[in-house]
Amino acid sequence: MSIFDKRLKGVRAPHCKNTMDCATQKMPVPDKVFICMSQHMGPPCDVLVKPGDEVKVGQVIGDSAAFLSAPVHSSVSGKVTGIEEIIMPNGTRTKTVVIETDKQQTYHESVKKPQVTDRASFLAAVRNAGLVGLGGAGFPTHIKFNPRNLNEVDTLIINGAECEPYITSDYRTMMERGEDVMMGIQAVMKYLDIPNCIIAIEENKPKGIARMQELAKGLPGVKVQPLPSRYPQGAEKVLIYETTGRVVPEGKLPADVNCIVSNITTIAHLALYLKEGIPLITKCVTVDGGAIAKPQNVEALIGTPIKDVIDFCGGYAKEPRKLLMGGPMMGTALYDDTYPILKNNNAILAFDESLAETQPETPCIRCGRCVRSCPVKLMPLRMEEAFLKDDYQGLQEYKVNLCIECGCCSYVCPAKRQLVQTNRLAKARLRKWMQEQNAKEGGKK
Amino acid sequence: MTQNLVITSSPHIRAKDTTRSIMLDVLIALCPALIASVIWFGPRALLVSAVCVGASVLFEYLYRKLMHLDMTIGDLSAAVTGLLLAFNLPSSIPLWMAVIGCFVSIVIVKQLFGGLGKNFANPAIVGRIVLLVSFATPMTNWPVPLSADAVTGPTPLGVVGAMAAGVDASSSATAEVIALPSYLDMFLGKIGGSLGETCTLALLIGFVYLVARKVITVTEPLAFIGTVFVLSWLLGADPVFHILAGGVMLGAIFMGTDYVTTPTTELGRLIFGIGAGVLTVIIRLYGSYPEGVSFAILIMNIVTPHIDNLTRIKALGAEGGKKA
Repeated sequence: MSIFDKRLKGVRAPHCKNTMDCATQKMPVPDKVFICMSQHMGPPCDVLVKPGDEVKVGQVIGDSAAFLSAPVHSSVSGKVTGIEEIIMPNGTRTKTVVIETDKQQTYHESVKKPQVTDRASFLAAVRNAGLVGLGGAGFPTHIKFNPRNLNEVDTLIINGAECEPYITSDYRTMMERGEDVMMGIQAVMKYLDIPNCIIAIEENKPKGIARMQELAKGLPGVKVQPLPSRYPQGAEKVLIYETTGRVVPEGKLPADVNCIVSNITTIAHLALYLKEGIPLITKCVTVDGGAIAKPQNVEALIGTPIKDVIDFCGGYAKEPRKLLMGGPMMGTALYDDTYPILKNNNAILAFDESLAETQPETPCIRCGRCVRSCPVKLMPLRMEEAFLKDDYQGLQEYKVNLCIECGCCSYVCPAKRQLVQTNRLAKARLRKWMQEQNAKEGGKK
Repeated sequence: MTQNLVITSSPHIRAKDTTRSIMLDVLIALCPALIASVIWFGPRALLVSAVCVGASVLFEYLYRKLMHLDMTIGDLSAAVTGLLLAFNLPSSIPLWMAVIGCFVSIVIVKQLFGGLGKNFANPAIVGRIVLLVSFATPMTNWPVPLSADAVTGPTPLGVVGAMAAGVDASSSATAEVIALPSYLDMFLGKIGGSLGETCTLALLIGFVYLVARKVITVTEPLAFIGTVFVLSWLLGADPVFHILAGGVMLGAIFMGTDYVTTPTTELGRLIFGIGAGVLTVIIRLYGSYPEGVSFAILIMNIVTPHIDNLTRIKALGAEGGKKA
């Protein structure tokens, strides 16, 4: 609030962590799984199987030669019945392998403890595990673990902030798979030669903090840092600033300030792969949101239709009017519930009428709440003004490209303006405008 | 499967505050001062307030209706403007003049520029200034507190101004009224003045309420009041008198914090408060008008876009050197 306050801003969103004490329930194998070829940031994988093929658990069924990619594994054993194209919630189309399960869950011969002896074999193992950032962004982990300046990286930050309301799946990882987390951390520190590790957890999870502190005892260089419960502590740039005081410059990556950030569940899955060779085929998701009969944490096989997961949780208690993949601040609204679970899914939220209501936009009253809440110190109201005027230079000056789309500005706006949506559009249009400008300049030469 | 699901962009939850709830908070914060005005100036203070609120809402309704625009009276901003304008008028003002003030505020200053959020100056301030220059006499006929028979006298600032101008005090009205009031009377509002501005105590209660409800931050009011205090002291005037007299409290707490016409950043609000404080003291001590709060705020309203441009915030990690 004060102009002298150096902490980053954010919002005190309601926590709604209703499922904190719900131990993860393992879901039975569904009749059919739909495994999507685009579950990471980067180009989608090529399908490596064809209809009629028999597949087993852990078998690679999709991979890509592209730099920014991670292989996709079958989460079940059974028979491929088709390769379908589905529309992702963001509007793009992607290939999906449909597998009819035999419920035997027989493992593929490739599932065995990997031989990890040095950095190269470690990074290969990370890739083979199919790991991506499970916090939501889905950035391939082996790329993240191998920045150009790896030798300069001195801090591994484990993101256990889980700042989104409702979601408790990372908290369950801390409570149920704490040993895996520590094993994963030690492996990363050892093979990437990183001396320090900070496990960052929001204060609203005191038991999680205590558990991690207990397990981190005696591990050199590993410390647990409680974070204020202020959304979005878990946003990468915010997290790096809060834990190390370092500021990631525009257009740079965390590694440029000598940090690598990884989600806590990603690390737990890494440990599982290093121990048993089981790649990323299951995902713990928080199923909640008010319209679900029995809100809980569910460990589901990747590719399980959301409908099956919701049925496992007792189905809908009320008529759902909004279905979200992810948290309420940054999650994506789904058009139906047949969509499958992806690697980077951490929650399924079903809202009833009361929360699905869209409030009409009213004129901006320039209250400045968006400015005061922005964690990366942008001025959403000025960016909106520039956007509405097609003022691309203004958008550049106000640095719309630095928006992390956390949603704080829209959340606090008393006029209910869609500020984040405007920023997204503005970013896309600005990119196009800059390309056009470059083309024009090129033409002159 | 068709489920009639709502698809929107994130975030999917919103904070409870709305424009309407903020305006309602401002109205609530103005209530103590309204009660004080009725105590000191009698039921006519309430009548003037009611007429101003009613007329403002009516003008907004008629304008939006005639221009086929969305109906906006529900956001309560017109009611706030009406009440603030009333607070800036003497309780003895002829009602038709008050209605003209409302017309200027709502139709000319607010709606003609595009309605809520688009006006460059505080509607209530401009409404008051137009009335002041148009109807100088009724606008400066200040009823004496607790007087049943509509006795009028000068405001404390008027007294100081008259003294400074060397006017013989004994030539006007009763000597009792001419004497400067005590600090306690000024704090409680038992002085001549616009109906809502005199009771510092009531205005401060409103201030605490607005800060507690996070409707406003303390930056601008403290900068405004602090500047008036320090500068009047530096220039040899009585600092306590100057922050208690006239419209400083009302202006600093309720007009200088109007979102639309003041800067959006805390640094900008600090500059706004200091600027308004400096202008107020200069007008009071050296200008022809005894009171300068309205003009000070209007001038700062006009430079607000420039303050906003100068106080852009540097984004986290933005390339160094350049602003914004």
